[in-house]
Amino acid sequence: MRIDLTPRANRSALMDALSPVLAFLAALVVGGFVVAALGRSPAAAFVTYFVAPLSEVWSLQEVALKAAPLALIATGLAFCFRANVWNIGAEGQFVMGGLFGGWIGVATHGATGNTAWVLPLMLVVGTLAGLLYALIPALLKVRLGVSEILTSLMLVYVAELLLDYMARGPLRDPAGFNFPQSVAFDEAARLPYLMEGDTLHAGVAIALAVLVLASLVLARTLFGFTVRVVGASPRAARFAGFSDARLTLAVFAVSGAAAGLAGISEVAGRIGQLQPSISPGYGFTAIIVAFLGRLSPVGILVAALVIALTTIGGEGAQIDLKLPLDLTRAFQGLLLALVLGADALSRYRVRLVPGVAA
Amino acid sequence: MIPVVPPARTEGPTPLFGAYGIVKRFGDFTANDGIDLEIRAGEIHALLGENGAGKSTLMKILYGLLEPSEGVVTHRGDVVRLANPEAARALGIGMVFQHFSLCENLTVAENIALVMPRSLSGRGLKARIAAVGTTYGLHLDPDRPVWSLSAGERQRIEIIRCLLQDPHLVILDEPTSVLTPGEADLLFGVLERLRDEGRALLYISHRLDEVRRLCTRATILRGGRVVGTCDPRTETARSLAAMMVGVQVGEVTPPAGEAAGPERLVLSGLTLSAPGLHGTALNRVSLSVRGGEIVGIAGIAGNGQAELFDALSGEALAPEPGMVRFDGVMSGRLGITARRRGGAGFVPEERNGHGAAPTLSLSDNAILSRHATAGLSRFGFLRRAAARSLARAVIDTFDVRKAGPDPAAGTLSGGNLQKYLMGREILAEPGILVVNQPTWGVDALAAAHIRQALLDLAGRGAAVLVMSQDLDELFEIAGRIAVLHDGTLSPAVPTGETTRETLGLLMGGAEPAAVPPQISMVADAPRVPTHAH
Repeated sequence: MRIDLTPRANRSALMDALSPVLAFLAALVVGGFVVAALGRSPAAAFVTYFVAPLSEVWSLQEVALKAAPLALIATGLAFCFRANVWNIGAEGQFVMGGLFGGWIGVATHGATGNTAWVLPLMLVVGTLAGLLYALIPALLKVRLGVSEILTSLMLVYVAELLLDYMARGPLRDPAGFNFPQSVAFDEAARLPYLMEGDTLHAGVAIALAVLVLASLVLARTLFGFTVRVVGASPRAARFAGFSDARLTLAVFAVSGAAAGLAGISEVAGRIGQLQPSISPGYGFTAIIVAFLGRLSPVGILVAALVIALTTIGGEGAQIDLKLPLDLTRAFQGLLLALVLGADALSRYRVRLVPGVAA
Repeated sequence: MIPVVPPARTEGPTPLFGAYGIVKRFGDFTANDGIDLEIRAGEIHALLGENGAGKSTLMKILYGLLEPSEGVVTHRGDVVRLANPEAARALGIGMVFQHFSLCENLTVAENIALVMPRSLSGRGLKARIAAVGTTYGLHLDPDRPVWSLSAGERQRIEIIRCLLQDPHLVILDEPTSVLTPGEADLLFGVLERLRDEGRALLYISHRLDEVRRLCTRATILRGGRVVGTCDPRTETARSLAAMMVGVQVGEVTPPAGEAAGPERLVLSGLTLSAPGLHGTALNRVSLSVRGGEIVGIAGIAGNGQAELFDALSGEALAPEPGMVRFDGVMSGRLGITARRRGGAGFVPEERNGHGAAPTLSLSDNAILSRHATAGLSRFGFLRRAAARSLARAVIDTFDVRKAGPDPAAGTLSGGNLQKYLMGREILAEPGILVVNQPTWGVDALAAAHIRQALLDLAGRGAAVLVMSQDLDELFEIAGRIAVLHDGTLSPAVPTGETTRETLGLLMGGAEPAAVPPQISMVADAPRVPTHAH
């Protein structure tokens, strides 16, 4: 017995568009069985996960706030993954962006006079910090042939421990009763709120702007074309004269910058100070978001919203239904597996061939 | 016009295998449209046709890889169902594929054991391989790893695999496409012996001279239908080609006189180590191509053509800048974009995945090689309208047939995509054009167009370098021919001063000094009309 995957000659555009929706429905069905096996009502769980967060203004804002960093990081990662470059360390680049951008916020604490430059400087420094940190694995790969998967991943822990040290040590608020955190940033070092009295801050607008910019770059520029060709056909990309090394550096720089910008947006937006930990794993979840969104900016926006929704809904389910947080994580993983599986089924025809290989 | 004989119905003894009224549809497309074919024991039956005529589909139906939409297959007069290759093999049908399916790192015996039924693959297999080898002159050491074998030796593995099952019908798909003329002669001996034993052979080829030499009957397909059966020995290669194509194949205008242009492409002692485990190193390759001439490089696949192409295009850099000179510019260390800016163009052998990205549209594929030389990007932004009009110009000038306004490159047939890729480079009016296998897998009409376009380009003063496994093609268009064997290039000699036999010996690895320019022993061998293709 052998399983054959033959490429479909005529892929249906409808099936291509529908396959993630079907995968999502399948994930709902499987999730429902798991919830039932845990002794809770699947219908109640569905409402808590997917309806309740969409029915109130505050929770809608929470969904947007969660989705923004995910979409921003995933958009950067899409450049890497399309070019077959595997940056697994966006979490570290996010942390470095938050740390170095936030450092400006700490250093300018209590500054007087014209402080309009503080926030732009924080954003620029945070972006550059993420970019430069991402160039470490890129240079190691280009110069020495070191696997970027390992180096970018390991540098996550370096960044996390550095932030932890800085928040507990040199950057700790001297008047903070030994709490491991920095001073709270001044108003000039915070991202403004989009609407008075709400939690929605300008980071969400930044993420949307970057998403639009990224889709323009992918579709309209020679750099975007390069990224698409390398992903589609590496040998044809060499024939086109695109250098592997330069492209590796460029896509790492793009994804590092996006992650760094997401990091400083989180610190200058929602958190407002430096803490030993600033991310619930955005950099890793963004990998799922990038692939769920099929590496396209529009898809990534949708995927980020879905993942954010399940996360917020999962918090509600913990409180209301006493369902474990792990269920949310398992559902997100299941969703990715099913979307990838549905993609494979829409691209290939599966045949079971009895007997030995010909 | 050629008289078209209607397909022969049963006359005389019951045929060993028959296929009647075979129809095979793929969606809206009818690949086989009512085909009748009879194969008798003890004959070598040729199946002729252009690409897309339906040969592969019919062959796959006979080997049980496809089931026909309509029609029946008979075995000694009884209707049989060939649901899968196992059923076909059980009836005594064996197949030698054009593309070998061998594991490079396993030995000959291991590769054969892989596909044998369990009962046959145990002890004694090596003895049986040796026995078949001795009987048919297919000598092979069962313990040699496949990566160390030549293409001809690899093909012997496939043939032995097939013969170990004692088939009544052997289907051979383009069996000589990877062989030297000498290896092909050995193969013909084996095939004639199999015929004399009373086996039937179905021989699929586009090399008409071979068909005329080997086969006693030929069935000619065009557009999924049988357009005639004939005795190829009584036809000329030209009349067979006309039947396949349906029109007279235009002769290309041969190059006129000596090329007197300046040296435009010069290789001096180009040496490059092998790119990978199974790659070929280039060894002091020297060559000069003048403006206005086409120089051909003959050679069997895998003797360094891909490596030489990469070194010429700049996809692989030479160790010294002076080893490659384009119009006097030391180009050995320049990348492909800089070489293109200097007026060079390149068409690689592999269309899908090297010359073109199959999932991208034709206009995107215009950007692929012309982004720097056709103003298709400005300040880093793509000029899509310009790319689309360039693609349209190529499509119109080179008569590229396609579906839809700007389809993905991978949806075009091989011949049409090749015309597009040739056109993409030729419209840039390159001063130097390097082409690897210009008409590989391309039908006869498209091939004639492509060859004429190369001749015209040379006529406008360009230096054209063509690597090809097809000697007929090189005799037709090249002013001088050199042979690439194991990464070493023989001196280029004028086409009129050499013969197929001489080149064949060089392709097989003879030292140039050991081969006299003309070989009198084989001078009386039948000369093949070089234009017939």
